[in-house]
Amino acid sequence: MSVLDGIRTGGGRVRLLQDRRLPVLVTAGLFLVMFGFGAFRYQSYGFLDGQVFMNLFIDNGYLLAAAVGATFVILTGGIDLSVGSVIGFTTMLTAWLVEKQGLPFLLVAPIALGVGAFGGYLMGYVIHHFEIEPFIVTLAGLFFFRGLCLVISKESISITDPTVNRLAQTHVPLPGGSFLSIAAVVSLAVLALAYYVLHYTRFGRRVYAIGGNEQSALLMGLPVAGTKIAVYTVSGFCSALSGLLFTLYIQSGDPLHAVGLELDAIAAVVVGGTLLTGGSGYVIGTLFGVLVLGLIKTLIQFEGTLSSWWTKIATGVLLFAFILIQRTMTARRRT
Amino acid sequence: MAEPRPVLEMTGIVKEFAGIRALSDVDFRLFPGEIHALLGENGAGKSTLIKVLTGVHPLDGGTVVLDGRPVRITSPLQAQQAGIRTVYQEVNLCQNLSVAENILIGREPVRAGRIRWKELRRQAAQLVTRFGLDLDVSAPVGSYPLAVQQLVAIIRAVGSGVAGDGGAGSGTRVLILDEPTSSLDRDEVEELFALMRRLREEGVAIVFVSHFLDQIYEVCDRMTVLRNGALVGEHLVADLGRVNLVKLMIGKDLDELEELSEHHGQSQAGETVVKAEGLSRAGAIAPFDLEVRTGEVLGLAGLLGSGRTELARLLFGADTSDSGRVYFEGQQAALREPNDAIGRGVAFLSENRRTEGLVPDLTVRENIILALQAARGWTRPVPASQRDELVAKYIAALDIRPADPEAKTGSLSGGNQQKVLLARWLLTRPKLLILDEPTRGIDVGAKAEIQKLVVSLSEEGVAVVYISAELEEVLRLSHTMGVLRDRRLVARMANGPDVTAGRVLEIIASGEHQ
Repeated sequence: MSVLDGIRTGGGRVRLLQDRRLPVLVTAGLFLVMFGFGAFRYQSYGFLDGQVFMNLFIDNGYLLAAAVGATFVILTGGIDLSVGSVIGFTTMLTAWLVEKQGLPFLLVAPIALGVGAFGGYLMGYVIHHFEIEPFIVTLAGLFFFRGLCLVISKESISITDPTVNRLAQTHVPLPGGSFLSIAAVVSLAVLALAYYVLHYTRFGRRVYAIGGNEQSALLMGLPVAGTKIAVYTVSGFCSALSGLLFTLYIQSGDPLHAVGLELDAIAAVVVGGTLLTGGSGYVIGTLFGVLVLGLIKTLIQFEGTLSSWWTKIATGVLLFAFILIQRTMTARRRT
Repeated sequence: MAEPRPVLEMTGIVKEFAGIRALSDVDFRLFPGEIHALLGENGAGKSTLIKVLTGVHPLDGGTVVLDGRPVRITSPLQAQQAGIRTVYQEVNLCQNLSVAENILIGREPVRAGRIRWKELRRQAAQLVTRFGLDLDVSAPVGSYPLAVQQLVAIIRAVGSGVAGDGGAGSGTRVLILDEPTSSLDRDEVEELFALMRRLREEGVAIVFVSHFLDQIYEVCDRMTVLRNGALVGEHLVADLGRVNLVKLMIGKDLDELEELSEHHGQSQAGETVVKAEGLSRAGAIAPFDLEVRTGEVLGLAGLLGSGRTELARLLFGADTSDSGRVYFEGQQAALREPNDAIGRGVAFLSENRRTEGLVPDLTVRENIILALQAARGWTRPVPASQRDELVAKYIAALDIRPADPEAKTGSLSGGNQQKVLLARWLLTRPKLLILDEPTRGIDVGAKAEIQKLVVSLSEEGVAVVYISAELEEVLRLSHTMGVLRDRRLVARMANGPDVTAGRVLEIIASGEHQ
């Protein structure tokens, strides 16, 4: 009896270690620990004010939107390096169309989204049909869109459009006196939509299947080509959306906006427990990844004496630790 | 009906890869309610034929007629829709998804675009039960052993779109099983065969590819034999004996083989160089015992894919073993990588000399010196004078042409490339030399020279493991013979006048001999 129990708990432990949800739980746990640490250390500075927590969403909404797109790509085992450049380009395009061409923001937004999605589609098409590494193709995209920024203007364009200002400054009130920005609400809506698509649609399951084994997915008769191209289209769309949210956040277009942001997005996805090899991970994990990265920034701001570069160091250490965890987990799974 | 209409007729099928003919003018037909074996050595074109039929590779010529109508199948999806279902050699499932998803992905039950998970699990569970399995369909497929995964793949292949209609295989016209049994044990094979027979009774035409001749004779009704991408013949299983079948697959007449064999009986048994006990690797080679002494040539015979190369790779540490021990000169050795074996004096000439041995863009001199330099470590370069002397010596000894140490190795003929590789390894003064197909694809003269070299090396006391698809060559050179069949070393015997090509062929065909 007791022996049997032992075996059962042993089996349970193995199952826990192999459970694909474990990395998400680890990240969520890490977030709670970090938050608890902040609450303890900076209690007297108002860390426990609900708005501090909400600001995580307000300050990182654009990153969340981009990271959700990156999650789709990484789930198929691909990578999208063009994210930051597409964001930067979207801010420029939006600022230029609104300020210099006088188009209404509500018309400009769908144009920008369409351009981002089309850029993603093209990269996906090249990746699939010419069988080129996504790393290379999206690297080309990175240079291309960053270059396009400078074609529009070499200088920053600040936005004075009243619609943009109103959207940027609107507070969505929450119970307890705190509030969210429109951008934060949009990014959470995108997250919810992505969750639904990945878990309740055939397209979403194909994304997982391709990440699990592309060759198998093909031989199972799944439309691999269409799915792969769609995934890069989704990422391009999310990058453009992220660019719009970033425009609202900064209220300007600048050719140097969001340089290297693709790396933050990838870091958030990986810290959120999605395997870079594809097929395993949850978009909810990406939310926690973004929150953890955001919380690092917040903690360093509260500390006050630390240079902001410590954010990068902490992110680096964290990423490294999570990749090691992924590695040991996949190694265990294989045996 | 004297001659029922075939469900599938492929005529004059041609497939080329980069100008090389993988299939030339192959005919293949399939009748409903039969199990049809597709046979041939590795590289005979079985997998290519299957991939052409299932739309993975486009057709370069020929026609496919399904149910009396000509069809053009251009994608796996289209093949599935036409009722051609396939289970490939490698289990083609997504390890990260659940059993239920793997069975039904691509045809999940949806309502307004939303997957109905409960219904999906219910349908999957129903299919699994119908095939007599008891699985938790929501568990990841990767958590089950390979054998179960194989059955899941079959359930996926034959499970119809909607559970609940007709028999287990409704909707399936043709089921292709490419080496489905290589990862199954005896009981699991029985289960699979029972399933195959049930599907046969339901009128499904089954294509069965297997290396295991026993299984062919147990379950199949008809067979088609391919060799070198061409059709050799179609026979009823009952009409063709095993020895004749093996002859068809190898493409040599028995008498012709008898004539060629010569014997090389005297084994000057020296000390044991290498000894393996129960060495094995799952899916590659079953546990085997082996011993090679100084000056002994051990010849390994068997069909392509019978595990010859896999055995050699274990001895060289190119693959790690799952079980068993290896001893070199009496000392147990743990071979984790080739370097462990090289350090103990093992040299291995791979069968793929172009991809796994030679660096074609380096000169003959550089290629020859490579292994010696590796053995010394990169920090201690071989002095130039010594290097040139050694290279010159081996170019002369092996008669490498052109005798120019600065020639690009890639420009040499196959036989001379092989000699360059041989020189490279001889330079390290190996105690055990493993030659995997050293004479494949080289001309007759070079072949004879390499064979002579092997004899003289063994006279100098080098232990040699000699692998070749050419039975006569193995018979002529070996002191001891090992015969492999179905990834198992089935026989070991001293070479002598009584060991003939016919006898070895019989062992390959039957395996009763131990």
